[in-house]
Amino acid sequence: MAAIYSLYIINKSGGLIFYKDYGSKGRMDTNDSLRVASLWHSMHAISQQLSPTTGCSGIELLEADTFDLHCFQSLTGTKFFVVCEPGTQHMEALLKVVYELYTDYVLKNPFYEMEMPIRCELFDINLTQAVQKDRVVLLGR
Amino acid sequence: MIGTGKIKQYANVLDKPLGKGKQEVSLSAFAFLFSELVQYNQTQVDNISELETRLEDAGYAVGARVLELLCHRDKGNRRETRLLGILSFVHSTVWKVLFGKVADSLEKGTEHEDEYMISEKELLVNRFISIPKDMGTFHCGAFVAGIVKGVLENAGFPAVVTAHFVPVEGQQRPRTTILIKFAEEVLRREARLG
Repeated sequence: MAAIYSLYIINKSGGLIFYKDYGSKGRMDTNDSLRVASLWHSMHAISQQLSPTTGCSGIELLEADTFDLHCFQSLTGTKFFVVCEPGTQHMEALLKVVYELYTDYVLKNPFYEMEMPIRCELFDINLTQAVQKDRVVLLGR
Repeated sequence: MIGTGKIKQYANVLDKPLGKGKQEVSLSAFAFLFSELVQYNQTQVDNISELETRLEDAGYAVGARVLELLCHRDKGNRRETRLLGILSFVHSTVWKVLFGKVADSLEKGTEHEDEYMISEKELLVNRFISIPKDMGTFHCGAFVAGIVKGVLENAGFPAVVTAHFVPVEGQQRPRTTILIKFAEEVLRREARLG
C-alpha cells in the first residue's frame, strides 16, 4: 500500500517554509527537517551543474531502498518535495496540486510574507483534503 | 464587400450608449488586487480597528458608485423608499452584480428593532485569506461592509455596518455576517410611512 511519509516546501534560498509529516515513519524533529531541507536544496543545485545533459533543471526523483523522493521546482525556484514509500504512483500530480494550493491560499493571503514559514489555516485545511483524496484513490486501486 | 454593418459614429462621447461591459473578471486578479489593498493599508495604520476603518472607507466609495450604476441600469431609475425594498435590493441585485450570486440569507435581528443581518457561508473577498491568530477579530469583510454602507447611506438610509465571524457548530470555518444597524431617523420614517 502506497503511503506518503512527509511533505516539504523550501523557498528560493533553501530555507524550509513548510513541513508536514504523515505517519510515524517520516517523522523528524525541527532541526532534522531544517537540515534535510537545506541539504536537498544544495544537492538540487549541484545536480544542475553536474548533469551530463544540457538544460537540466535539477533532480526530479530520488529512489532509495526504503523511500522515494519526488521533487517539483516552480519557475520561481520554490521547491516542493515529498518523501514517500518506494513505488508510490502519481506523486508528480500531487505535487502539482500542492503547488496550486500554494498559489491560491498562501500567495493570495495578504498576511503572508514572502519566503517566510507558511502559517495559513486555509492552506492546511485544503492540503489535508487533497492528501486524503489522494489516499482514498490509492487505496481504492 | 463583406461587412458586419456600419458602426455608428457618435459625435459626442456622452451620446454613446452605456454598454453592460465585461460581466466577469478573473478571480485571481481580484484576489491579488485585494490582497495588495490590505497590505498597503497595513503599512499606513497603527492598529487593527484603523485598518478595518480604512477597508470600510474603500468599500464605501465602491458602494456609492454601484448604487448609481445599478439604479440606472437595472432598476430604470426608480428609487427605493422602503426599508425592506432597499435591503432586498442589496441582498439580491447588488450581491448578484458584485459576487455573481445572491447573498445566502437576510434576517431581521431578534434583539433590536433596528438590526438586520446578511449572512454568507464565505465572502468572496475572503476566499483565499487566512487571518493569523494574533489579529484577533479582524475581518477583511470590512470592505464588503463598507460597500453595503455606501449603498445604504447614498440611498437615504444611514446605517452602521460591520462584518463579523459567527462560529457554526459542525463546521471548521465560521460563517460571515454583515450586521446593519439603521439610524433612528430611518426607523421613524419607516414607522411614519406605515
